[in-house]
Amino acid sequence: MFFPGRSDKRIAALSLGMTPRLYPLADAALCIDWGNQIDPELNDRVLALCEQLHAMRLPGVLNLAPAYSSLTVVYDAALLPYARLCAAVEALLAHPTAQETTQGRLVEIPVCYDPEMAPDLEALARRSGLDPEAVIQLHLEREYRVYMLGFLPGFPYMGTVDPAIAAPRHARPRLKVPAGSVGIAGAQTGIYPLESPGGWHLIGRTPLRLFDPAAAAPALLKAGDRVRFHRISPEQFQEITDQR
Amino acid sequence: MSLQIIRAGLLDTVQDRGRYGYAELGIPAGGAMDPLALSLANSLTGNDPGTAVLEFHFPAPRIRFLQDARIALAGADFSPCINGQPIPMHTPVLVRAGAELHFTQRVWGAWTCLAVAGGLALEPWLGSHSTDLVVGAGGWNGRALQDGDVLPLLQPETGHDWREGETHRCGRQYSNPAGFYPADAPLRFCPGPEHDWMTPGAQQQLETERWRITTQSNRMGYRMDGAILEQQETADLLSAAVLPGTIQLLPDGRFIVLMADAQTTGGYPRIGQLIRADLPRLAQMVPGETFRLVRVAPEAGREAMERQRQWLQRVYYGVKFNRSS
Repeated sequence: MFFPGRSDKRIAALSLGMTPRLYPLADAALCIDWGNQIDPELNDRVLALCEQLHAMRLPGVLNLAPAYSSLTVVYDAALLPYARLCAAVEALLAHPTAQETTQGRLVEIPVCYDPEMAPDLEALARRSGLDPEAVIQLHLEREYRVYMLGFLPGFPYMGTVDPAIAAPRHARPRLKVPAGSVGIAGAQTGIYPLESPGGWHLIGRTPLRLFDPAAAAPALLKAGDRVRFHRISPEQFQEITDQR
Repeated sequence: MSLQIIRAGLLDTVQDRGRYGYAELGIPAGGAMDPLALSLANSLTGNDPGTAVLEFHFPAPRIRFLQDARIALAGADFSPCINGQPIPMHTPVLVRAGAELHFTQRVWGAWTCLAVAGGLALEPWLGSHSTDLVVGAGGWNGRALQDGDVLPLLQPETGHDWREGETHRCGRQYSNPAGFYPADAPLRFCPGPEHDWMTPGAQQQLETERWRITTQSNRMGYRMDGAILEQQETADLLSAAVLPGTIQLLPDGRFIVLMADAQTTGGYPRIGQLIRADLPRLAQMVPGETFRLVRVAPEAGREAMERQRQWLQRVYYGVKFNRSS
C-alpha cells in the first residue's frame, strides 16, 4: 500500500521545478503536490494546471482547490475513475500551456493603520525591534502575490512580508476579528472578509468588501492577483464605507 | 403551497448535495451532514436525490403543512409524529393540510432529512440550496430556520379524499438503510499526506485506540478525544486543501474529522481521509459515542460508495414504479 507523506528527505527531493507527486485522498480527491513551499513559480504551475483542468471540463470533477504549491481535485469516483483523472493530469503536466505566465492583475487595497484598527501593531513593532511607523512602511512598500484563497470565502493568503515584520500566529486566537482586518501570520499577510475568530496579528483594516455573496463575482481577489496596500485616514475609511 | 415552522429546533437548515465549483474562492461545498439520508429521503418522495431538504439536529422542529404534502424522513430517528401519531422513518407519507409534524425523542442518530415531494421553491446561491451559515447565504436566507418561518414548496399535491379525522397515510414502500450504519464496525480511512508526520507508535495507535466524540463538535468538524498522538515531524505546514472526511492532527495531539461545512483549506497535518461511504456513519454519531479506525485502500472506499449508489438507485426506481421494496 502506498502511504504518502512528507518527511524532510522527501521535501528535499521535491526541489523547485520537478515533477509533482500525485496521490489520492481516499476515494474523494486527487492531490497534485509540488512540495511545502511558498514560491511564485511553483504557484504559477499550480494555477496553470488549475486553469487547464477548468478548461477541460472533465465530467466528475467537483471542485478544484489550488493552494500554495498543490492542487486538490475533488471528484466523483462513480463518474470519473481515479486512473483516468490521473492520466488526464499527467497529460496536462507533460504539455504545459505555451502561454507566458500571465501577470496577475494589480489590485490596490486601501488600509487604515490607525491604532483603533490595528490592535496588534504596537506589540508586533516591539517584537520586531522597530517603531510602529516603520512596520507600516515595510507593509506598504511591497507588492504581494495572492497565492490562494481559503480559510473563509474570499480570504487571500498573500506573501511574502518583509522578514523583519513576519511573526508566528497568536498562540490563542481572538474570538472575534472585525471584517476587513488586515493581518500578518508567518511570512503571509491576509485580510479577513468577515468577522471571524482568528490568530493573525492585526495591523490595520480595509473598508473594501473582500467578499459579497450578492455580487456576480463574490470574491474581490483571486489566486495570482498582485496586491498593493495604500494608507488611508480614518475619515477616508468612513467615506469609503459609507459609499458601499 | 408551503410549510410553516411552528417551533424551530436546535439547528434546522436547508441543505442539498452541496455547492461545488467554488473551492478556489474559499467557499466550502457544505451540504447535508448525511448525504445518504439526503438521497434516501428524496428518492422516497420521487424527488431527484440531490433536491433541497430540511435537515434537523435534535431537538427537532414542529412543522405545520399548510397544504397536502407527500413527505419522507431519513437519517436519525427522532420519533416523528403527525398530530401526535407516530409515523415510520424511511417511508413516504402523505400528510393532510393542517397536519403537524413533530419529534418527541432521539432514538438514534444526529441528523435527519425531511424531503417534500417537488422540493422547496427557493432561489439557489451559486447553484445550490445548501445553507452557508458563515457567509449567511444560500438555503433559507442563509440562516437556520426560526419560529414562524413559512417556506414555499414547489409542487402542490392533487386533492386527496381524506376520511373524517384522517391526518396522514403511509406509503407502501419501506426501505431500511440500517445496513449502511453498522454499529460496531470501525470507520474506514486511508492515510493522508502527513500520515508519517506521526511517530510509528502514534500511527499504530490511530488504528488500535478507541476514539470518543467530544461536545466540541459541529457541522464543520467532529473533535475527538482519546490517546495523545505524537508527532515526529515539526516543520511548518503551509495551508493546503481539505475536505469533509479529512482527519487533521491538532497541536495538542488530538484530532478532528472535518464534516460538511468544513473550511476549504487548513494548515494542520492531514493524517488521514475517511472513505466517502463512512462519512454518513460518523455524521450520525453523537458526543460520547466511540469508534475505532481501520486503514483501507481507496478501492475499498469506491466499492462501498458503489454499493450505496446501487441500493439508492433501487429505492428510487422502486418508488417511481410504485413497487414495495
